[in-house]
Formats: sequence, structure tokens, C-alpha cells
Amino acid sequence: MDLAPSRPFRVTVFVAWMAILFLTLPFAVVLPVSLTPQRYLSLPDGELSLRHYQTLLEDRTWILSLRDSAVVAAGSTLLSVVLGTMTALACWRISSRLSEGVRMIMLAPMMVPSIVHALGFYRVWAQFGLLDTYLGLILAHAMKGTPYVVISVSAALANVDLRLEQAARSLGATAPQALWKVIIPAARPGMLAGSVFAFALSWDELVVTLFLTSRNVYTLPRKIWDGIQDNINPAVAAVATLLIALTIAAMLVRIVIARRQARLAAASPS
Amino acid sequence: MTGDMDGQTRRVYWVLLFAPLVLLAALYLFPLSRVLWLSVTVPSPGFGNFEQLVSSSAIQRVLWTTLRICVLTTALALLIGYAVAYAALHLRGWRGEALLFFVLLSFWLSVLIRAFAWLTLLQSRGIVNTWLMGAGLIDQPLTLIRNEFGVVLGMVHYMIPYAALPLYANMKGIDPRLVPAARGLGAGPVHAFLKVYLPMSTPGLISAGILTFIFSLGFYVTPALLGGGRTIMISEYIAVQINDTLNWGVGSMLATTLLLSIFAILAAMSLFVDLRRVFGVR
Repeated sequence: MDLAPSRPFRVTVFVAWMAILFLTLPFAVVLPVSLTPQRYLSLPDGELSLRHYQTLLEDRTWILSLRDSAVVAAGSTLLSVVLGTMTALACWRISSRLSEGVRMIMLAPMMVPSIVHALGFYRVWAQFGLLDTYLGLILAHAMKGTPYVVISVSAALANVDLRLEQAARSLGATAPQALWKVIIPAARPGMLAGSVFAFALSWDELVVTLFLTSRNVYTLPRKIWDGIQDNINPAVAAVATLLIALTIAAMLVRIVIARRQARLAAASPS
Repeated sequence: MTGDMDGQTRRVYWVLLFAPLVLLAALYLFPLSRVLWLSVTVPSPGFGNFEQLVSSSAIQRVLWTTLRICVLTTALALLIGYAVAYAALHLRGWRGEALLFFVLLSFWLSVLIRAFAWLTLLQSRGIVNTWLMGAGLIDQPLTLIRNEFGVVLGMVHYMIPYAALPLYANMKGIDPRLVPAARGLGAGPVHAFLKVYLPMSTPGLISAGILTFIFSLGFYVTPALLGGGRTIMISEYIAVQINDTLNWGVGSMLATTLLLSIFAILAAMSLFVDLRRVFGVR
């Protein structure tokens, strides 16, 4: 039985589209504002200018902040992926109350508000001379990113048969070989998804960064934050536009890859 | 089960389990414990800092503001997120996919950039006020930021995807034939929704509600930028205590209070829902 869309359903759909308008509206204004010829934040009045994009190229601090963000995000993502994958693999194989408890503890950095662990990191890093160092920020961001890897890898392993490991062992693989050649390849999609989360988290992280760094390590969010405090520099609109374009591009690439994989899966004889 | 493992396998997987835990204990749990420790030792040992929770009107104002904003944000994000998730799932063809695409796009975008975009739109000489004054609808610029309106707007904007995505995952598991069946048996659309669909999506609402409420409690960037120092939530207040007045006692006490409240909420909710499911590890 197929019913025509009811009035309440049409209202729901209307609310949903309004919500999407609300969600995308702020992004729609960033592009025009970034093209303003004025020195202050405004909509362009007929004339367009790329001067704020030029600022990004000429002002070394923007380029350097991009570099610092890339270094910190890459380092912390690597560490998060290693730690998160190890935890998820162990929980998949052991699957006891103890391992479940360990997994919940590993998820803690996701639930604790940033300001709370920012204070803790600040006190301890100060004692060990880690303040305002790349290593210090990488370690802190890695702790925050690990839960997301635990979750994605756990999800990827949820459908992997435990007997796969036993089969590899009975065919003569040692336990580390079975892990490396059989289980980790099965976990790879989860590791990839988790690393995207961990990278995005570090790339966008501000609260811990504000506490742990000052001059030496100066990431993009910190630069944007200072740009907003400083009478709202329109160069921020140019950066924002570029980051939005990057996000959209990354999402489209993901969709294309997913479509291709689905086609391949459908085409291959199973 | 560990009974089916031989010695070698067991050794490998115990290392995998405990090595990250040891690192987390040293680099995360230890720093966190320092915050708890400071809250009862600085400036003097005891619970003096915690007495301010009831004696200081400034702190009480901050706590009430935080609670009010978080409840409002969670309610609005759930309501809007529910509509978006429902429409994304039940619209046919590209429309549903397009809805989902925009929700995900919004999910991935930087929190700082969103706050910046809202500032551009809402400040007194911002786009909205300029436009309204140009159209002759208002004489004075409206105060759209530096108040609770601006903070709630920015936070709801951030939280809609966090509410919509778990709800969408939950609704996907609901048998799509149930509502038509109820309608076929004579229920009206609203009645069928309230009696059949809503109860089945309640677990999703609870999960999404926990996530949005807990994330809202610790929000820093959005309230700091859109509250403009007038509407102050607990995270910003803690940062002010540490950075401006070097008051580690009160700062760590409030951080401890925030932390314990969140774990209390999680513990309470674990009686009703499986938290592993809420956080997606089951």
C-alpha cells in the first residue's frame, strides 16, 4: 500500500530544507565577503577584489601557520591511528569485560570537555618542558584523536569473522604474521576513516592549542582566532573560503570513491 | 573469550590491549588527575573551592547560563535534527541524498569558521543588520550577538549534524512498513507517527540527546566568540580564571565539577541505554 505524502510529512520536509538553508547560509556569505575590496569586513559593492587572498600569500604568518597545522595534524594522526588500532584489535579478539572496560577508558578523551584536559596538559607539560613544542601539541592532539580511531576500527572489525585469525594460524602463520597479513588488512578501511577523523580534529583544534602554545608553534586555528579577535581581519574570510572548498572537494572525492567501490563490488563475481 | 587462544596469540593481544592504555594513563589520565588534585589542594587543602559553588553568585550565574543554554540547544538541535533525519530517510531519490550531503558538509566544517561566519552576518554592522536597515525595516541595528540568542544560534548550528546523524542511523533500522501498516489499519498520519514511529526512534533520540548535551556543556569557541564576553559559559569562565586571574583553585574546581557532572550524566544514562551503542563501539 502506497500512501500519498501526508500533510505532516510535507511540513517535516519543509522544516528539513529550512534547516539545510540555516546550516549552509553562513558558508554562502563567506565567499562574497572574502572578495570585498574593502579593508574591513563587508559585502563587495559591485567591485570584486582578490586582495585578501593576496594577503594570505604575502603574509608569512599564514603560510607558516598552515605548515605548523599540517605537521601537528600529521604527527598526531599517526600516533592516534597506531594507538586506536591496537586497542580496537585487542578488544575485537579478546572481547571480555576487561577489554570492554579498557575500551571505554580509551574513549574518555572524547567525552571530557576540552577545557578540562587543557588545564591538565598545561600543568604537566609545563613540568616536562613540553609547552610550545611540536611534540607537546602532537601528544595532546593524539590523545584526543585516539577515541575516533578506536570507534572506526571497531566498526570495521565488527563484521570480520574471528575464525579468520584461527585459519591463518592453522595454515602456519605465527600470531604476529596473522595479525599483520590477515587482520590488519581487514581493519584498513576503519583505520582510514579514523585517520580522517583524527586529522580533522587536530586541524581544527583550538582550546588545547591556546593553552599549550604561544609563539613557537602557531597553528592555523590559532591564527584564525587571533585574526577574529583583531578587529576581524577579512583575510579570515579568504582562509575560510579555501577551507570550505577543500572540505567540499574531499567529500566529493569520497563519494566518487564509494560509488566506484560499490560498482566494482556489484560487478565482481562473488 | 580468551580460552581459545594459544600462548603466543594471547601475548600479542595483551600487548595490543595494554600498551595504548599505559600511554593513555601517562599522557592523559595523569594530567587529568592533576586537575582533580588541584581542585582540593590549591590555595589550601580541603573543599573550600567547592563551597563557592553555593556561595559565589558569579559562579552560580555562570552555571545557570550554561545549563539554560545547553538545555535549549539540545532541545532545538534534537527537534530540527529529527526532521532532517526523517526527511533524509523518507524522501525518494536525490533529495534525501542531498539533505544528507549538506548535513555531512556542515558536520565537517571548522567550528571557528562557522563562528566567524555568524559574526560576519550578525554583528551590529554585519550583513543582516545592514540589509534590514537598508530595507527600512529597522532604524537601530538589532543586537544579535553578545547575548544568549547569538550563542544558542551558533551552538544549535553546530549541533544539528550531531543530532541528525545518530538519529538517521537509528531510523534506518526501523521497519519502513510499520507506519503504512498502522495507516492501513485506520490510524491518521499523526497518530501513526506518535504511536508507532516515535517510540521506535526513542533510543536514537536518547543517544543523540546525550551526545549533544554533553558536547554542549563543554563548548568554548562558539560562546566565546558569539557571547562576546557578556554571555559566559563555564568553559570560558574557567579559561578566564586561569589566564586572567591565575585562580587555579576556582578554575580546577569548576573543571572538576564539569567533568564529574558529565560522568554522572553518563552513569545515569547507562541505566537506560547501552553507552557502547551511543558511542558507536557496538
